[in-house]
Amino acid sequence: MSSAMMKRISIAILIAIAVIFPLVVDNQYISRLMTLSFIYIIAIYGMNLLAGFTGYLSLAHAGFFAVGAYALGIFTTRYEMHFWLAFILAILFTTVVGAIIGLIALRTREHFFAIYTLIVGYLIYLIIDKWDEMTGGVRGLIGIPYPSAIGPLEFNNELTMYYLNLFFFLLATLVMARIVHSLTGRTFIAIRNSEELAQTLGINTQTNKITSFVISIVFAGTAGALYAAYVRFLGPDIANLPMVFDFLMYLIVGGIGTIAGPIVGTMLITFLTQSLQGLQEYRMLIFGPILTLLVIFYPNGIVGAISMFKMKFQNKRQEKAQNLQNQDKNEVKEG
Amino acid sequence: MDLFIQQLINGLTLGSVYILVGIGLTLVFGILHIPNFAHGALYMLGGYVTFMAMTSLGLHYVLGIIISMIAVALIAVLMERGVFHHLRNAPPIHDKIAAIGIMLFLEALVLVVWGAEYRNMNTPYSGTLNLGAVSISTQRIIIIAVSVIVVLILYWFLKKTMVGASIIAMAQNREGAYLVGINASKVAMMTFAISGALAALAASLSTPINLLFPAMGHLVIMKAFIIVIIGGMGSIPGAIFGGYLLGITESLGATYISSDYKDLIAFVLLVIIMTWKPRGLFAKEVH
Repeated sequence: MSSAMMKRISIAILIAIAVIFPLVVDNQYISRLMTLSFIYIIAIYGMNLLAGFTGYLSLAHAGFFAVGAYALGIFTTRYEMHFWLAFILAILFTTVVGAIIGLIALRTREHFFAIYTLIVGYLIYLIIDKWDEMTGGVRGLIGIPYPSAIGPLEFNNELTMYYLNLFFFLLATLVMARIVHSLTGRTFIAIRNSEELAQTLGINTQTNKITSFVISIVFAGTAGALYAAYVRFLGPDIANLPMVFDFLMYLIVGGIGTIAGPIVGTMLITFLTQSLQGLQEYRMLIFGPILTLLVIFYPNGIVGAISMFKMKFQNKRQEKAQNLQNQDKNEVKEG
Repeated sequence: MDLFIQQLINGLTLGSVYILVGIGLTLVFGILHIPNFAHGALYMLGGYVTFMAMTSLGLHYVLGIIISMIAVALIAVLMERGVFHHLRNAPPIHDKIAAIGIMLFLEALVLVVWGAEYRNMNTPYSGTLNLGAVSISTQRIIIIAVSVIVVLILYWFLKKTMVGASIIAMAQNREGAYLVGINASKVAMMTFAISGALAALAASLSTPINLLFPAMGHLVIMKAFIIVIIGGMGSIPGAIFGGYLLGITESLGATYISSDYKDLIAFVLLVIIMTWKPRGLFAKEVH
């Protein structure tokens, strides 16, 4: 069986597991964790496209996640829009805000970009926290409705919300895979590897960077809107720094610059920290050093490490096979 | 007018703290090209060590500060040896993530050891000085004076001593510094030590007028980044200018615009400056 075929089959199996999961595991708590993971993964895809594939670490993505969430919350509660209209508008709104910030932020490079986005993210948090009349400030925003029914599909309980978010998660994964493997995706990778070289090759780096930024914001905004619809209560903390560091941790542990990385990292850490429930506050005591060590020894996270081992294994096997062949053929040729 | 002068002095105090933190940050950046996100955690750690030296060991405030400066300097050197040294050839994104990892670890550590509650640090210098209608607490005068003295000493150290000169040389031209036989590792450790000690000093000085809590480094590190960007990464005079500018703007803004939004002022200031000049106001054109 070819490896591409294997990959397809295993993906199909994984999807099947995800679909029957809530029917088999009759545990609301666990399916809730799964649903939240799906939502976070979508946001982390956005971060990954920018940091992992384009080489620009944005620390504003929790902020954009929150903008998407609050936009949906405000559109549905304060302006009482139809849910799906509000959903689309919320994503659009986040994208426009993101595009404007991106145009400015991408004038800076490397470290300056990270610092600039860190500060923009914090600025978004401060605005949400202080703008009482609009966002509800520290009291939070309540009363966000369930998504309205689409034809016969109604979304008003854990199970249906699970499937709704699973749908968006699979859609996001598909879109991300298409982007990464397209010419545009290759262009992003070229920029990550060397901006000067990419420029020399005739790539318009600025346009491509902005494209990458805007796409990543669409992901973050969508995730935010889904989060608002699922949790139906918003507090300013979703824009705060610990949130973006959590995102970053999921991304790094899973594998930055890989498609499977965000999924592996988010699921793994979400379920690990759940078993350490009481240690929620102290989890960084373990994950902080893990983050640092991973970056030193396995910069591409779990997924990167696995594919590295696979490659080593294959190389060894090939070498062995080659050696055998050579021995068979002619002993003189070897020298 | 009295209110204005009062706020100006408060601004100078704030600015002095920012300068001490910012200089450490700018030195490390200038030499190693690392934006040390863990610097805020070093700051916080400095505050806690001083506090603990005073309460648990019953030491004098000044002695506490000295211990704290030494301890944090050592931790900063360990950070350089243990982490950043190994990442010197890695893509720039890795340094940042590693620094964030260290920051998260140190914060969680303080949370475990000392808890999340806000603490008050009492110093022996709690008097106030009255000049007409303006009254200044002794602690504020100490902050301003100490920061000026420290900056002067640092300036002398960098300009007049051999070790200082090698730090400057590294900042100016890395390859050139290697060529004339400067020991890069030694300079890196030295720089981290200085930056850690300055962060500890800044925290120890400012906690008596603020409070001590595990997340106290967040705002300070971001503001330090702001002043360093305003002043240009790697430039000490720039950091001094940026520190006073930010401190005074913030304190006057809190009085005359809105105290709710005083933290926003700093960030908006930065967003404007970065929009206009992406490499900072005084950035040297390197590339």
